[in-house]
Amino acid sequence: MSVLGDPRFDHEGGPGRRHTRRPVPRFGHGSRVPGWDTSVDLTKDPATVPDPATTPVPPDLREAIIAMMAKYPDRRSAAIPALHAAQAVHGWCSPEAIEQVAAVMALTPAYLTSVASFYDMFELAPKPRHDVFVCTNISCSLLGADELYDALAEATVGEPDIGVRSFECLGACDIAPMASVDGEYIGPLTVDDAPQIVDDILAGRPVLEAKQLRHRRCADPGVGAISEQEAGK
Amino acid sequence: MKLLFDRIDEPGLNTLPVYERRGGYQMLRRALAMSPEDVLANISDSGLRGRGGAGFRMGQKAGFLPHGDMDKYLVCNADESEPGTFKDRELMQKTPHMLIEGIAIATYATEINRAFIYIRGEYSFQADILEAAIAQAAAAGYLGERILGSEHSLTLVLHRGAGAYICGEETGLLDSLEGKRGNPRLKPPFPAIEGLYHGPTLINNVETLCTVPHIIRLGGEQYAQIGTQTSTGTKLVSISGDVQRPGNYEIELGIPSRELIYGLAGGPPAGREIKFWFPGGSSSPVLTKDDLDLPYDFDSMAKAGSMLGSGAVIVVDDSHTVLEVALKVAKFYAHESCGKCVPCREGTNWTVKMLERIGSGEATPMDLDIMASVQEQIIGNCLCVLGDAMAMPIGSLIEKFRDELEAEIEAARERADAASLEDVVAVGVADVHAGPLPVH
Repeated sequence: MSVLGDPRFDHEGGPGRRHTRRPVPRFGHGSRVPGWDTSVDLTKDPATVPDPATTPVPPDLREAIIAMMAKYPDRRSAAIPALHAAQAVHGWCSPEAIEQVAAVMALTPAYLTSVASFYDMFELAPKPRHDVFVCTNISCSLLGADELYDALAEATVGEPDIGVRSFECLGACDIAPMASVDGEYIGPLTVDDAPQIVDDILAGRPVLEAKQLRHRRCADPGVGAISEQEAGK
Repeated sequence: MKLLFDRIDEPGLNTLPVYERRGGYQMLRRALAMSPEDVLANISDSGLRGRGGAGFRMGQKAGFLPHGDMDKYLVCNADESEPGTFKDRELMQKTPHMLIEGIAIATYATEINRAFIYIRGEYSFQADILEAAIAQAAAAGYLGERILGSEHSLTLVLHRGAGAYICGEETGLLDSLEGKRGNPRLKPPFPAIEGLYHGPTLINNVETLCTVPHIIRLGGEQYAQIGTQTSTGTKLVSISGDVQRPGNYEIELGIPSRELIYGLAGGPPAGREIKFWFPGGSSSPVLTKDDLDLPYDFDSMAKAGSMLGSGAVIVVDDSHTVLEVALKVAKFYAHESCGKCVPCREGTNWTVKMLERIGSGEATPMDLDIMASVQEQIIGNCLCVLGDAMAMPIGSLIEKFRDELEAEIEAARERADAASLEDVVAVGVADVHAGPLPVH
């Protein structure tokens, strides 16, 4: 076997670093997001603010973005909340979504793409409907988060609606190792919880209700108990 | 003594009626009856130091803001993204009105009429609770125009981030709040002079602002009696990692660290020993089990060569290698570096590569010296302290656990040698020492 065919001698990236790129749709004016690995097409003019007359925007989304802009002295401050709203409608920050936000906010798509590409919670490629973020930072990984991630990744093979992603740090080290399922924090988890999590997501039930963070009491024993009587007042 | 965590698990505390029944918003009334200068004097007298990480005195910072009629802003930093920190999450989820009351008092003291809470995007449940609480408080007249009949007006807006560690840095947060990429800014000018929308801006952590109503209740001088002379008050400590009872604990500053880790959190699981611990989040230099008798306060931690930071204690026991923890730390900061300053962008990246070399058996002991010098060259050379936040713990791990890392280098090299010998047989390369093949 020749060394040249051996992946360990492949200086283009080596094993595990090959990119399998999903095709990313293009803007109406032809450029593609996020344009990192391709050179700029100098023959094209830069995209301008989309024409509100020719850019259809769902009325709910438009109203939400306008309400957000009104909350700030500078309308650009609403960029992140507006992208959140558009991502909720479109499933990801597609060129269409970005163009709609740009039309309402009177910003260029390039500006919004630069913002969206900075933040971990905005997806510039199509993503599954349900997000499972597994925290793999220090406290969680000390207690087995990497194994948990592997178990969840394995349990969701063949589930196109569930995307498992390692995320750092979700700010819930008290329930380490933990995961955030569509924003719901659950933990401490074991690898045996993985099938149950997948079942709950697919059935549309609250995920692993017994382990949800929202029901957890403060760890400090000195905070003072609340009697049933007081609670009932 | 519990101030912030006093009966925090009371059901419904996140709603206005329960908070009011417990005496909520009375301190806002009391503050509004005082002059802004008196309120600020109380905050200064309390000696309250910022709970977000830097430990800067809040009274002093608020005093930097110019007086007079102009657009000034208060930004509450609720981006809590320092690994190991989760205290603000519990506060916002269980007692959001305490934060709102603190913001109302702090803005009155500094004559600010516009405030923002920048909460990290991942905390969607807590953000929903806060949003509802803000609406309730506004409906009851604790926010808005002419609060409780006084001259003070305040609009408070909750702003959700979208997942970026750097936005916990105050100037990165400001850029993010202005709707840009969260890149840090050059300081000076400091935000107190020129911050959000070029206006003077006071930025404080959730826990700091939650403490303000308690300072008004106790009086600044009385509050300063709690804790030690230079680290006053109580502090929420988030303890996590290899301990039996991880969670948030409210302590008086200055208690022995051993009491914190063993007394409150139960210490490491039976049969294991503490190897090292981060006293203030993953960006603080590590301390070892020899440092457990130090008092847990700002100055003692600084004197020991570390820092109290955000009050996040991460305990690592002897079942883990130094290398795996160092690699986790370095990878996190390499991912979160915004890329604006070269020492941080390249330094974090190369540190990860060098640590991976150790694991794959390609490193030599000289690599540790190179890695240590990379850390030195990051510290103090960037716009913000994100690079320092990696350099300090990695530097301290190399310094304190050099023997173990050298042994790991040797062991990994032997493993790799043995594996490559098998490869020689399998792949059929004639001479493994001949170097890379010429490229034709």
